[in-house]
Amino acid sequence: MSEQLIAVTILWGFVFIYAVMATMDFGAGFWSMIYLNKEQTKATNIANRYLSPTWEVTNTFIVAIVVAIYSFFPGAAFTLGTILLIPGSIILLLLAIRSGFMVFSHVADDYRVALTYISGITGLLIPGFLIAVLPISHGGFVELESAAPSLDLQALFTSPHVYSFIGFAISSTLFLSSLLLADYSKTAGEPNAYKVYRRDSIILGPISLVMAVLIMLTMRNEANWLYTNMMEQLPLLLLSVAFFVIGGLAIFVFKDRHGMKGVPRIAVIAVTIQYLLASYVYGRAHLPYFIYPSFTIEDGFTDSASFQAVFITYIVGFLILFPGFFYFWRIFMKDSHVREDTQTE
Amino acid sequence: MDDLVIARSLFGTTMGFHIIFATLGVGIPLMILAAELLYQKTKDEDYAVMGKRWTKAFAVLLGVGIPTGTIAGVQLSLLWPGFMEFVGRVMALPFQIEIYAFFVEALFMSIYVYAAHRLSPWMRIVSVTLVALGGLASAVLITNVHAWEGTPTGFRIVNGEIVDVDPWAAFFNPSFFATAGHVALTAYTTGAFVIASVAAFKMLRAEFGSRIYKFHRKALMLGLLLGGFFSFFSSINGHETAQQLHEYQPEKLAAAEGLFETQAYAPLAIGGFTDRETREVKYGIEIPWALSFLAGNSFDTVVKGLNDFPEEYWPPLFVHTLFNAMVGIGSLLILLALMALFWNKFLKKPEFPKWMLGLFVTAGPLAVLAIEFGWIFACTGRQPWTIYRVLSTADSVTSASNLTTLFVLFAAVYVVLGVAVVLVMLYYFKRHPVEEDLYRADEPGVPLY
Repeated sequence: MSEQLIAVTILWGFVFIYAVMATMDFGAGFWSMIYLNKEQTKATNIANRYLSPTWEVTNTFIVAIVVAIYSFFPGAAFTLGTILLIPGSIILLLLAIRSGFMVFSHVADDYRVALTYISGITGLLIPGFLIAVLPISHGGFVELESAAPSLDLQALFTSPHVYSFIGFAISSTLFLSSLLLADYSKTAGEPNAYKVYRRDSIILGPISLVMAVLIMLTMRNEANWLYTNMMEQLPLLLLSVAFFVIGGLAIFVFKDRHGMKGVPRIAVIAVTIQYLLASYVYGRAHLPYFIYPSFTIEDGFTDSASFQAVFITYIVGFLILFPGFFYFWRIFMKDSHVREDTQTE
Repeated sequence: MDDLVIARSLFGTTMGFHIIFATLGVGIPLMILAAELLYQKTKDEDYAVMGKRWTKAFAVLLGVGIPTGTIAGVQLSLLWPGFMEFVGRVMALPFQIEIYAFFVEALFMSIYVYAAHRLSPWMRIVSVTLVALGGLASAVLITNVHAWEGTPTGFRIVNGEIVDVDPWAAFFNPSFFATAGHVALTAYTTGAFVIASVAAFKMLRAEFGSRIYKFHRKALMLGLLLGGFFSFFSSINGHETAQQLHEYQPEKLAAAEGLFETQAYAPLAIGGFTDRETREVKYGIEIPWALSFLAGNSFDTVVKGLNDFPEEYWPPLFVHTLFNAMVGIGSLLILLALMALFWNKFLKKPEFPKWMLGLFVTAGPLAVLAIEFGWIFACTGRQPWTIYRVLSTADSVTSASNLTTLFVLFAAVYVVLGVAVVLVMLYYFKRHPVEEDLYRADEPGVPLY
């Protein structure tokens, strides 16, 4: 494996982890807003209980991605920084409002409704803007030849391809988060919240799949090179769909030991594998381009000495952080603790 | 206004806003740790109550500190792509390691706050220690990039290309330890004095000798003691950073002191304004020989003046005022702490007079101001460079224009967040007065958390 390939794989790994964590995070914020007035289901309570301890950790991954991009591919920093100035700034502004108001909503009880609405809605917009970075990297909207690279915003926001990505991001956010919250509420022993989130995930799953198909259809016109590359890995794409079906069966048809409908744990795992496979196919098809057609991972790569130093810190950092993540998971996600928290409330 | 000025204003506004929360984010965890340790040592429940309430305030501040920090990090590459390209090749390590520090802080912050009721006392102390260490490490590492911008090492430029990159030589650049130490010590100073300010304000409104008064008095003493301790060491270390300027960035020191003529036995100018036309400090007080002594520990040290440098390389001359204000506030804070110590330990007076409490109230806001002055001095004093004598600010900036709209939008969001965070804090602590927590602490069977 070349250094460039190792670097871009690490970057892809961060993007995938952030994508999954962020969909859960922004989705949970949105659900906590939707079910605000239905206290008896405890759906909002469940969403907040998941959200409160995790959002800071999730947020850290954004910075990790940005740092990984310019430490591995500093040559891309100038182009990326320039063309992403507007979309990046919009994301940052939304993120600041969302995080700030979400924290405030947990502190200022009397203003909870207004604050939750602001953070819930801005939170749902963020994935839509974040994912727009992908079609930008497909090439069509960027003028790279001139001295000052620029992004054609009008072309960007009138493209069906971009809108299918945005639709996919938002439906996936709601789908993945409702599935996760279904699992979380079942573990916590909250049958009413479980019913609500199970229903939501059953509605949103097929919508997300349709959006994914729409992406492929529009990609055929707007980024044919990528479409061709992805179709070369059709078996993996079909496997991804198969995992979606397994996930669907698990939440819709299967019954658990007690005869209750749905085994959300299996559904969460199957759907995560579905997204992993699909994004692997996408990432591989995208290589070697950073921004099609003039920017490859070779062009922007860092100095070899810097790469090696940074790579070593990744290994050391992972070894140091792993116990921390494990302890975090044990405290907040482990079944027995989730149940225990329900009892002490 | 030209695009460079707007880009600088936008980034400067982001940093100026973020630095308040970043500084408190480093300083307050240390105060929480101190309270937790004191509680374990003395078993005085008041310290547990302090720890709980400061943690709440800290969690609210993080609601602004984390997103603005994210903005600062991402905006660096959006607004200064030329700079980040350079940093990515040579100085990526501190950013990279900072991410791990950031993760440690985020993980254990959540554990400390949201799993408080499940943690044993020693695990609480371990968690808050890791939060404090993570915050400290983030600050130190980010400051390292700033230090390297002033004393760039670990690479050579041959024909416009960066060659011979040695990332660890860049990491351990000459001003790393002094500069990062200054940021860490002043953050602790600020955290402590902000706590002391709030306590003094509450004491002004409480009856002497009451339970509430005694509670806040303990917080005040803890804040003043630690604040005095750290401000003293900040000044020692600040002296060291100034000596490094003398060695590595002489025009920055010259601008800070308003010195034009290169000379031995150089005088120290305090106050006043630097006049570009007449090339002198007007209305200032001059202490003969002092600058030479400060710069090199001997009166015959030759200190370079601005006249030795081409005028286009001069930092803006107003940094003299910023520098004076920073040093002035730092010295004042040491005096305040000494005064409290003298009053309390030597005169053994249990009650602080109102005027003295009033002075203590100003300590926190003054410390925050000194942080602002110090950062503006440090960053504008480096102009016209982002990387000293290697990369100019003009070559670092984005080629995009029309940044005005973004500037207005970001400034508006900072105003909204700034106002909201103050209102939310006031709201929360009004609804949850300290009496409530003291009752929970005093009453057996009622858990504090």
